[in-house]
Amino acid sequence: MKQLIGVINLDHELEELKELTYFRCGAAVPYAGRYRLIDFVLSNMMNAGIESIGVFVRRKYRSLMDHLGDGKPWDLDRKHGGMFILPPDWNDPTDTSQGDLQHFHNNLDFFHRGAGQYVVHAGSRHVTKADLQDVYRYHISKGADVTLVCKKVDQLLPEHDACVKVDHDGDGNVVDIHQSANHPNIYTEIFIMEKELFLRQVQRCIDHGESHFFRDVIQKNPDGLNIAAYAYDGYHAVINSIDSYYRNSMDLLNTGQYEQLFKEDPIQTKIKYEAPAKYLDTANVKHSLLANGCIVGGEVEDSILFRGVQVAKGAKIKGSIIMQKCYIGEGTVLENVILDKDVKLTGGQTLIGDRSNPYILAKSTII
Amino acid sequence: MAKKEVVAMLLAGGQGKRLKGLTKSLAKPAVYFGGTYRIIDFPLSNCSNSGIDTVGVLTQYEPLVLHSYIGIGSDWDLDRKNGGVYVLPPHEREDGSNWYRGTADAIFRNLNFIEQFDPEHVLILSGDHIYKMDYEKMLQYHKDKDADCTISVIDVSLEEASRFGVLNTNDDYSIYEFEEKPPEPKSTLASMGIYLFKWDVLKRFLIQDEQQASTSYDFGKDIIPLLLENEKSLYAYPFEGYWKDVGTIRSLWESNMDLLDEDTPFNLNDPDWRIFTRNPNQPAQYISPSAKVRNCIISEGSIVHGEVNHSVLFYGVEVGENSAVIDSVIMPRVKIGQNVRIYRAIIAEGLVIPDGTQISPAPEDESDILLVDQEELERQLRQGITSKA
Repeated sequence: MKQLIGVINLDHELEELKELTYFRCGAAVPYAGRYRLIDFVLSNMMNAGIESIGVFVRRKYRSLMDHLGDGKPWDLDRKHGGMFILPPDWNDPTDTSQGDLQHFHNNLDFFHRGAGQYVVHAGSRHVTKADLQDVYRYHISKGADVTLVCKKVDQLLPEHDACVKVDHDGDGNVVDIHQSANHPNIYTEIFIMEKELFLRQVQRCIDHGESHFFRDVIQKNPDGLNIAAYAYDGYHAVINSIDSYYRNSMDLLNTGQYEQLFKEDPIQTKIKYEAPAKYLDTANVKHSLLANGCIVGGEVEDSILFRGVQVAKGAKIKGSIIMQKCYIGEGTVLENVILDKDVKLTGGQTLIGDRSNPYILAKSTII
Repeated sequence: MAKKEVVAMLLAGGQGKRLKGLTKSLAKPAVYFGGTYRIIDFPLSNCSNSGIDTVGVLTQYEPLVLHSYIGIGSDWDLDRKNGGVYVLPPHEREDGSNWYRGTADAIFRNLNFIEQFDPEHVLILSGDHIYKMDYEKMLQYHKDKDADCTISVIDVSLEEASRFGVLNTNDDYSIYEFEEKPPEPKSTLASMGIYLFKWDVLKRFLIQDEQQASTSYDFGKDIIPLLLENEKSLYAYPFEGYWKDVGTIRSLWESNMDLLDEDTPFNLNDPDWRIFTRNPNQPAQYISPSAKVRNCIISEGSIVHGEVNHSVLFYGVEVGENSAVIDSVIMPRVKIGQNVRIYRAIIAEGLVIPDGTQISPAPEDESDILLVDQEELERQLRQGITSKA
């Protein structure tokens, strides 16, 4: 869809996932057996036919750049447009912008060169399968200045506390934006607005010394913009803590959640050439997600194994998330554990965490 | 075009008749293998891993799947500015239009393709075999021997030898005789269908062969004997490792089963010799609480509720509750219902196996492997050979 340009704004995303975000930003955290969190928003944009996407990064983005490469997995290696990773390399001596406005002010070329007339803004903490074409159609039909994509959750969870909430008049016209706890209508950090309006508001914010586009333009709404709410009703997970990361990961073992996330439009990710997963004669695997490249000789239950994990005979894994290329040696017992990439447990270790506070080992730990 | 030391020509036009329903609408090299691959991934990955970056793929029989599969070759790292992969179907020429009449004819008709790279050597490969081989080492051997032609050979048992083209050699592996499927083999060195030629020699003999009245335009039957007759220097290159011709339903099944051993003779997980393939991009596989998976390989996107034992499941396969898949190969996107039993079978891509279906070879032939394609499935369901619960 040539009318849309994508903005993936990671500026406000703090490194909230303890050991998992020591060396990478949240968008680069592995999720669901073979993806990184950013894959979901990128795939949604791809599936909506968006061909020009800026990824605005500020910190710990080396791993993210490695993952995104030239954008080929998302069909974003384009002659015109494509994916632009835009790091904070700013050299305008007259620049007075602050906060996420710095990104927009210093990358005006990205906005001007993109043919699209509308900006779709999103982050990586809300994992959704929002149909962005449908959001665009809704935005046009409502004649709104801004449309916010909202999810009304059935059950309020701890991760929803920090989210922005939206009240509307029942007709999709937003009447209040706030951060109250115990409010189920959650803003997914996806909004759409006309590019010219977006850029005018960026300049207005800078002129007034403001520093946060969403808060200062949309939430406070000093210009009285006409704001609409789009009711999204699909898979939704907010990943802003280890607790929410672990719980939402484990929820994918429930087939309903798995199908909601994966059944319809495909999610693309960086391609690895791994052989299919291999289960040895001694394997005993139940209620788990496994990616290709795994070789399993032990017991695995209620767990997620990323690509290339090896589980030796006699090892027992339960309620755990084991990331790429970990090696779990003989006689190891893991329960409610998160192992980041390349962890090597040589054998015989017992690591037990609690479901409400899983035990985490940082990347490349060897025990 | 920049000069290349070696150009590979991959013969991928064969039908593979003995694979029956599997090659109804695609060429043998496009047949699925090993949970996520197609046969042609092996020679293409071997080229890529051996540093051969110029590959012509000769297609003829049902090329649609192959052509779209290979694309511009990026999955095998063969999308190059200089060289890369080229799909070469037969084409019309000034002197008329013909199909490729044989393996040698296919190369002959692409002389111009090869000439543009001005190579020293040409490597002839086929898209029929499952193996991992460093062609670079073979090239080194070929150069050390200063051979006009080097043929890769594998040591087989004497009984098996009569199924192959057999090379009779001297102690230094120089070849003095080639026998196609000899009833009483004198040697156990079987040709693997991998030939490395000095290009100027091959070119000369290809042209000569085309002019012969009684030729079958075949490397084994015509070109190699012609070289021997003319006292060219031919050497056998002994290959050690896994190599399997997957030309029949049974050998295709066996080769898939070979992957299941814990100490498999054919390791697909070697990080130094990746087998590249077009990635189907599926989510992680889901093994349900009721599933029992043992001694098997399963690919991404599969959802297993039943039992899978000693089997290969490709991507996107579903196995319903209380179903069992034993000693079988299930190709991509097959949906297996509930209370199904599949024993010693190959199930073709995309089939839907209804609840309660029992599939196994006829009881009088327990050693047989049943190929189930759409036609066979319908026939069996109709005739009640498989009993519907």
